[in-house]
Amino acid sequence: MQAVFFYLFATIMIASAGVVIFARNPVHSVLFLILAFCNGAGLFLLAGAEFLAMILIVVYVGAVAVLFLFVVMMLDVDFAELKQGFAKYLPVGVGVGVVVLAELGFVALGWSSAPSAADAAANPIIPQMSNTAALGQILYTKYVIFFQASALVLLTAMIGAIVLTLHHKPNIKRQKIDEQNARTRENVIEIKKVPFRTGV
Amino acid sequence: MSDGWASAISDFFIAYPLVLALVKSVLLAVALLIYVAYVILADRKIWAAVQLRRGPNVVGPWGLLQSFADFLKFALKEPVIPDVANKGVFLFAPFIMATLSIAAWAVIPVADGWAVGDINVGILYIFALSSLGVYGVIMGGWASNSKYPFLSALRSAAQMVSYEVSIGFVIITVLLCAGSLNLTDIVNAQDTSYGMAGWYWLRLFPMFVIFFVSALAETNRPPFDLVEAESELVAGFMIEYSATPYVLFMLAEYVAIVTMCALLTILFFGGWLPPIKIAPFTYVPGVIWFTLKVSFFFFFFAMVKAFVPRYRYDQLMRLGWKVFLPISLAMVVIVAAVLQFWPAGPAGS
Repeated sequence: MQAVFFYLFATIMIASAGVVIFARNPVHSVLFLILAFCNGAGLFLLAGAEFLAMILIVVYVGAVAVLFLFVVMMLDVDFAELKQGFAKYLPVGVGVGVVVLAELGFVALGWSSAPSAADAAANPIIPQMSNTAALGQILYTKYVIFFQASALVLLTAMIGAIVLTLHHKPNIKRQKIDEQNARTRENVIEIKKVPFRTGV
Repeated sequence: MSDGWASAISDFFIAYPLVLALVKSVLLAVALLIYVAYVILADRKIWAAVQLRRGPNVVGPWGLLQSFADFLKFALKEPVIPDVANKGVFLFAPFIMATLSIAAWAVIPVADGWAVGDINVGILYIFALSSLGVYGVIMGGWASNSKYPFLSALRSAAQMVSYEVSIGFVIITVLLCAGSLNLTDIVNAQDTSYGMAGWYWLRLFPMFVIFFVSALAETNRPPFDLVEAESELVAGFMIEYSATPYVLFMLAEYVAIVTMCALLTILFFGGWLPPIKIAPFTYVPGVIWFTLKVSFFFFFFAMVKAFVPRYRYDQLMRLGWKVFLPISLAMVVIVAAVLQFWPAGPAGS
């Protein structure tokens, strides 16, 4: 049963990753990227990492890919123009692809986990603990510095993005909600007696 | 004889757990869909009552069969697909939205132990599915290949993503108090001797209010129904939809509302627990309490629709990012601090 689902998720994931590259319409590419993410979450579930699976969906599919889709939908892509430089850029593209593939190959072939890892996975220290709690325990004790540091990096990126896009234009009327709410009848309305045939 | 049959049936389900899960899921889905049919009727009736109208009252006694008649009418109409639409995505969008909203119910415990899948990360599962719901809106709006649905889909997606942030923080405060991501454990953590006063709505009252308002925004209900703002956008991202695809969008919307009511019930209102822990109340089965509480919250959803005017878009964004986000962020820190330094205090169990 597990094997059936593993091959199902893995096949759909690889196929949709292929479609991401080959699809002509960029919106379809993003939609298939989302399908690939969802199948990745399925693989995490099969491996027993339910927390990671849910976080993958919430963060990547629910937030990152939505912004991706936003940008891609807004782009006015001219497909004919995209095709024009294909032959010219092909050698460079192939070169980059080969380099990345070689690097991935070196990493994958030279992969070795710590000798105690398999043993530790088979005998968890606290067997009853759910993997959310286990992840929390190790993240907030042993790796707390790295965890905080990565959070700081994200914060920096966020502040950078805000600073880059924030333009304070002068002479723009903005709504000041506090001032509006503080208005009362007494300091806003003035009732005047208008004399007949004279005006104010 | 009947004893033998009962044990044979239970043996069969123990031998084939997948069949049992299937039977449970079908039962829950049917009950949910019938409940949603009456929720739609109740919505229209409450709205009508506020405006001194009668509401639907022709089909069946007191209009009780109105939703089914509407469904049949939509199902028998011809689905119109625009010529320039992206047909695959156009038809897939309502389907995905309805599936996702119903799938959220797989982990919701309607009574003690009555969840189809009682998983460890139940609340995250619901959060993940509700964050996927935005794709139905974007895909529908984009695939229609028309300006109004597209504008409306962009608005709605921004709105749903914004309010998800504060919903996430509200959920975190509840998780801190309950100490678990499992929905059944969250309800059990509220089972104190104080009855109703021990539920989280009192201890986390600001969060309860923020969750309710964010749930309105997340499900695109009035006063935050900018998606359907008729005056500017004709009818939202589903203008081009008709017949069955439209029904799927409508169904998804209402199922999502009921899901939000169920979440309010589980996180803040003690799930299936009776409000007072004395004899006549404890005899009532949990599923009835759960349904009553969900209906109670739905009543508020319907009343808000009837008497609150619609927000402007910039006011909506201001409320989400400048009011709710700082308050809920501060509450996470406060609740965590109280739990750390005063574990036996009001936030602890």
